Amino acid sequence: MQRTTMDLWVGLFVMAGVGALLVLALKVGNLGTYSAADSYTLTGNFENIGGLKVRAPVKSAGVVVGRVTDIQFSTETYDALVIMSIDSRYQFPKDTFASILTSGLIGEQYIGLAAGGDDAMLKSGDKMMKTNSALVLEEMIGRFLFNKASEGDGNEDAQKN
Amino acid sequence: MTSEPLVEIKGLNFSYGERSILKGIDMTMAHGKVIAIMGGSGSGKTTLLRLIGGAVRPSSGNVKVAGKVVHELKRDELFLMRRKMSMLFQFGALFTDLSVFDNVAFQMREHTDLPESMIRDLVLMKLHAVGLRGAHDLMPAQLSGGMARRVALARSIALDPLLIMYDEPFTGLDPISLTVIGNLIRRLTDALGMTSIVVTHDVQESLKIVDQVYFISDGVIAAHGTPDEVRGSIAPFVHQFVHGEEDGPVSFHYPANAYARDLKLEGSFA
Amino acid sequence: MPRRIVTGIQGIGHRVIDSVWRLGYASRFFLLTLLKSGTSLRRFGLIIRELYFTGVLSLIIIIVSGLFVGMVLGLQGYETLQRYGAESAVGTMVALSLLRELGPVVAALLFASRAGSAITAEIGLMKATEQLAAMEMMAVDPIARVVAPRFWAGVISMPLLAALFSAIGIFGGYLVAVILIGVDEGSFWSQMQGAVDFRYDIVNGVIKTFVFGIAITAIAVFEGYDASPTAEGVSGATTRTVVTSALAILGLDFILTSFMFRGMG
Repeated sequence: MQRTTMDLWVGLFVMAGVGALLVLALKVGNLGTYSAADSYTLTGNFENIGGLKVRAPVKSAGVVVGRVTDIQFSTETYDALVIMSIDSRYQFPKDTFASILTSGLIGEQYIGLAAGGDDAMLKSGDKMMKTNSALVLEEMIGRFLFNKASEGDGNEDAQKN
Repeated sequence: MTSEPLVEIKGLNFSYGERSILKGIDMTMAHGKVIAIMGGSGSGKTTLLRLIGGAVRPSSGNVKVAGKVVHELKRDELFLMRRKMSMLFQFGALFTDLSVFDNVAFQMREHTDLPESMIRDLVLMKLHAVGLRGAHDLMPAQLSGGMARRVALARSIALDPLLIMYDEPFTGLDPISLTVIGNLIRRLTDALGMTSIVVTHDVQESLKIVDQVYFISDGVIAAHGTPDEVRGSIAPFVHQFVHGEEDGPVSFHYPANAYARDLKLEGSFA
Repeated sequence: MPRRIVTGIQGIGHRVIDSVWRLGYASRFFLLTLLKSGTSLRRFGLIIRELYFTGVLSLIIIIVSGLFVGMVLGLQGYETLQRYGAESAVGTMVALSLLRELGPVVAALLFASRAGSAITAEIGLMKATEQLAAMEMMAVDPIARVVAPRFWAGVISMPLLAALFSAIGIFGGYLVAVILIGVDEGSFWSQMQGAVDFRYDIVNGVIKTFVFGIAITAIAVFEGYDASPTAEGVSGATTRTVVTSALAILGLDFILTSFMFRGMG
């Protein structure tokens, strides 16, 4: 085989391989729209995070604006400390409300941000004060049954009187 | 050229584990000569070449090439020495992934900074010396056994070595190629002023071209001398070897127990 | 009877000592290869030639297999997911399975049987025909001149081939799910992009392929260099390369996966 032909093929091969990596990174990995490089960190304490996992999306108005980077248990407040990385193109007011939501009935859990009206913006490392825990299905069912039961008790009492 | 011999071997012993291959070999090989080392298969001839090339270490004794003890050299010193010697392997050992041209150019490209145009001239000259200038484009797979051997010869003289060792250069060649290779060895040795050591058991062909013959049998030198001395020798081993007789000092039978005992015939008679 | 037991125990001991010795020998060979890589890295032409044999010649099998694996994943994924009404997640499934596991592992297995065996056979044959000994006698180190370029070419080719495999596999999944079955194209890509993380999925996959590439080519060059110089020796070494590489790939994949994706969603 001629040297130049071989070089040509190897060049094409390397270009195709690198091209495939780029396609994977940009088209599939969505690196183009979300990059960990220019982002800032926010934290929030949640009473119960339910099934929230590291890497879960952080959305505002349905748009992905960041990701959960770490979840820890706080021994001071005995609740969950969630650390998230937010795209620095998106700034949120100080009184932004963070809640753990579920996409669909049994879908994955994510953090939803609802912007408040404060003029001051959240800075990197800030803690969001207004948080709302995950809705845990078992707790909801438990509460529902408890309510039903206590309603029943009330009726019995009424009949006695 | 110095009067000191190029290769000097003193009291050389070599063994694989407990099996001793060479026992107390002494040899001297002068500049500009063709020396044949002959002996039966498995008599340690190839091992001797490997010892001269520094591929294996002697158990005792030493090999001196150009005044230096080979097994005492460090790896880079050994590599430096090997640039002055080359070895022609049994079937040529051409690099199958390189063309004839690239095979001959291999050492020039690895060891020198010569410009490509000069390498081209040198390679064509070397190939011309073995009569294969026209074959420089071929791949080794396209060559016949004799041609491959000639290309390997051209490759081994690429850097004008002082010493070439040939490991069974005549094996598997037709009579014409055999004569061609034999004459090439003689001619190149004379033209380039190098020394050739030919390990072979092809008696008739090598006696025509060499200056000196060593016979090795059972790890010792059984006889040595010029071709004429060897032809006229009445030493039983040499006579058997030169004339290719079946029985003699080298017996047909490998040492064994008594025949009758091996066949378990003894018991029935006892 | 006790005699037999003793021989049995001796047999076990012999095998253990043998394999430990071989492992040590292989590690030493691997280190030597790395140490002597200077020549081939300086003369990159040597590596380019080997890239042609390990990389370019493996392209066809990688592309065809990638396409079919992706198409099958799309078909089976759709079959399963549509039972739960989640057929738009088929893109996520295809992409995640390819990027995390199937891409690196299947590409590595194919690479081992296509390029790894070829490397072993070539080096083994060079040894059997005394080409390595001839090179050594020409004062050229065969590890630097023959082994190292093949090793680096393998290490470079593997991640590129695996990336191609995954990319073409995802395209195959797209062909089946979107073009053939009719899953909505927008949700196919957006669900995939929502679920695939660059750092965790793509970078980890590439790291895996690098490790596999090193393992396969290290095994292949060692088996070739260590082959006994006969026809049977070379064919045995070629078989060992494929078997050992396959086991190494699967074992390493488990170890890497358990470190990389522990506790991931």
